[in-house]
Amino acid sequence: MQRRTFLTIATGLAAPAIHSPARAQARNETLLIVSESGPNNLDIHGIGTNVPGYEVSWNCYDRLITHGMKTGPDGTPYYDRDKLVPELAEDMAVGDMSVTFKLRRDATFQDGTPVRAADVKWSLDRAVTVGGFPTFQMKAGSLEKAEQFVVVDDHTVRIDFLRKDRLTLPDLAVIVPCVVNSGLVQKNAAPNDPWGLEYTKQNTAGSGAYKVTQWTPGTEVILERNEAWKGGTMPKIRRVIWRMVPSSGNRRALLQRGDADISYDLPAKDFAEMKTAGKLTLVSTPYSNGIQYIGMNVTKPPFDNPKVRQAVAYAIPYDKIMEVVLFGLGRPMFGKSSGPTEVAWPQPHPFNANLDKARALLAEAGMADGFETTLSFDLGFADVNEPICILLQESLGKIGIRATLNKIPGSNWRTELNKKIMPLYTNVFSGWLDYPEYFFFWCYHGQNSVFNTMSYKSPTMDGLIDGARMAAASGDTATYDRDVRGFVDLAFTDLPRIPLYQPYVNVAMQPNISGYQYWFHRRLDYRSLAKA
Amino acid sequence: MRVARQIGQRLVTALPSVAGVIVVTFLLTRILPGDTAAYFAGPAATPAAIEEIRARLGLDQTLPVQFLRYVGDLARGDFGASLTTGQPVLADITARLPASAELVLVALVLAVAIAVPLGIIAALKERSLIDHACRVVATAGVSLPVFFTGLLLVYVFYYILGWAPSPLGRLDVFASAPPTASGFFLIDSLLAGDVETFRATLAQLVLPAATLAIFALAPIARMTRGAMLSVLGSDFVRTARAAGLSPNTVVMGYAFRNAVLPVITTLGMVFSFLLGASVLVEKVFAWPGIGSYAVEALIASDYAPVQGFVLVMAVLYLLLNLCIDILYGLIDPRVRIDA
Repeated sequence: MQRRTFLTIATGLAAPAIHSPARAQARNETLLIVSESGPNNLDIHGIGTNVPGYEVSWNCYDRLITHGMKTGPDGTPYYDRDKLVPELAEDMAVGDMSVTFKLRRDATFQDGTPVRAADVKWSLDRAVTVGGFPTFQMKAGSLEKAEQFVVVDDHTVRIDFLRKDRLTLPDLAVIVPCVVNSGLVQKNAAPNDPWGLEYTKQNTAGSGAYKVTQWTPGTEVILERNEAWKGGTMPKIRRVIWRMVPSSGNRRALLQRGDADISYDLPAKDFAEMKTAGKLTLVSTPYSNGIQYIGMNVTKPPFDNPKVRQAVAYAIPYDKIMEVVLFGLGRPMFGKSSGPTEVAWPQPHPFNANLDKARALLAEAGMADGFETTLSFDLGFADVNEPICILLQESLGKIGIRATLNKIPGSNWRTELNKKIMPLYTNVFSGWLDYPEYFFFWCYHGQNSVFNTMSYKSPTMDGLIDGARMAAASGDTATYDRDVRGFVDLAFTDLPRIPLYQPYVNVAMQPNISGYQYWFHRRLDYRSLAKA
Repeated sequence: MRVARQIGQRLVTALPSVAGVIVVTFLLTRILPGDTAAYFAGPAATPAAIEEIRARLGLDQTLPVQFLRYVGDLARGDFGASLTTGQPVLADITARLPASAELVLVALVLAVAIAVPLGIIAALKERSLIDHACRVVATAGVSLPVFFTGLLLVYVFYYILGWAPSPLGRLDVFASAPPTASGFFLIDSLLAGDVETFRATLAQLVLPAATLAIFALAPIARMTRGAMLSVLGSDFVRTARAAGLSPNTVVMGYAFRNAVLPVITTLGMVFSFLLGASVLVEKVFAWPGIGSYAVEALIASDYAPVQGFVLVMAVLYLLLNLCIDILYGLIDPRVRIDA
């Protein structure tokens, strides 16, 4: 028996991988995606749905409106922040204090029932009521109460504004306000779960271009095209197989052997090497409204002194970080030599590595001998964070700042951030809504949100941010431009956090794959992809 | 009848250990750093949103209350739900345990098939070339970390040579799983009479099983060699040889049968640490097993799956030890199973 088992295994080892013609046929209509982790919930309204879950929601549900496309920095199609186009709605009429949507009359959910205005209202009510992330995201666009969503007739929905807010319409085009088949979900809801979250966790119940036909958590997700989709041009890919492959080396091997079609979370080193090899299509796009930065707690010495913060800004080995850690795959946010401040975000700050200036500033602050501190980072993203912190630690040592590294497990990182006691750390922030005032409201405003990790409070800063938000809502461009320049300048002189770079979304695909689009959520949109 | 009663007694004495495991895992998962609520509230959560999720998960209760609720759920066969996969823990474990068990068992069979003959030959030809070769192979196998061996095998046999199928878990992407009977794809595919799936399963199994087997060679081979050496040097073997019995009868019939007891003990140990080592192999080969499941849950400070995993493992070890004890009794009548 043992000998036989051994022999069978030995022959199996010698036999090459099986390729039958039927399988080759299936491959042409099927897209194989490999990524590190998969969804934990198919519904973005669920408790603690993770980022891969957002990708499922985006492809399986429709929203009233979505974004058009434009050409991005390197020719890649890039979502157009300022161009909203209909998806489930066929018409959108923006009034002074409300917006009215006419629904497509032919749109149906995946089970065949027509999409009605009542479904839209139920879905939006759900988003603002369930709590957690979806409700928070809706609030970012002043969408807070169920009374705001009004069914006018079977195919017309009106959304009343609570206040004038430039972010209300873009917030209706993010992933959260998706339209759910309310009849189907309510049928499967339980008394203690009125919104049917348990059902939509396991099943997709939308009108979108794809539906999940099989989901093995932690292993694979299989999606099939919805042949009756009305929200846009019929996608070319019939079937998407999304497999979780935890080892990045194997994801790379699968791509290079031509077995996988797309992967998008490879380490920078692998990505840079594959780019040099030139056999695959590799697309790098900067995160919209996202920055990796060095943060400092400004409420406690020594970082309560702006001179110390500036000294740190002069002591960061920026170029080395770009070269050694990122292999050039990032957009530098430092060393701007001249020119006026732009009305844009992210934009580079004027600091560069200059240890003499750093030492001088420390001496001015009365700390010529330096001090001891801890430098914290999230181990969940250790492949980037750890080398950054080691380089920074070494460089800070040269000006007398003796930093001890504090490695925090991914599960604990947010808890530690929330405590707001870490003196020095690196972190990344990015916002779905690509507006400077949005970024600043969360990261620099004295309301002290979770993302104002520095506990930075400045009445001048708050005034400028509030001013810009109000000017944006009323369309006052002159005030808006002045306030945006004002808060950017202040952020670079007060320097509670030091931007390092804008990270890149790195997507690697086989050369026969086309149609990749960059979206604000940075996940894949299967609808535009095609395989030759 | 007597044996059944003894097994029953053994199981009863195991109960305190299980209770201890329940208490310790419950406390350990609570002591670990990490805030489940903050993790699952998402990157954009306000403190209020985090509290809301904490309350919904029942984590705002005091520890004794949480514990009582946990034990009550366990009594009803409810292991809780995993937040990382979104599924009930029991369903996850029943789906994933066969994957790990199949991998580990195939690896063990492979390791035994190579290590036991190697150990016997090494003992028979002590200090010969083959004895040294056995030592080198065993030392090398146990010194190489499994993830390294795994990646190396993938690199050579999949990436360079293209002999092995893509390291994508238990089955090729375009193959479908056989109807579930035992959860072991090798058995299920044969039951369904599906030879192609059987071959596909086997092809996927070869590299990960070989990785684990290489790691397991050393203890089995060394233990076989050592046990054989001491038995071969004993009086009864000398007597048997002197009586003119064939070398085959002496070695296999007399010596090996007596040397096999410590080898069985080692096998039990090897099996349990292979289950542990399989965590890394599962990561490398995208194997949907129970080890990678527990590690992912631990990273997310997702309590329920970790508790479920430890509990299932503890029960598994208890059963394994029991099996080994029974096996002892069968091999050597002098051994009895009362603890």
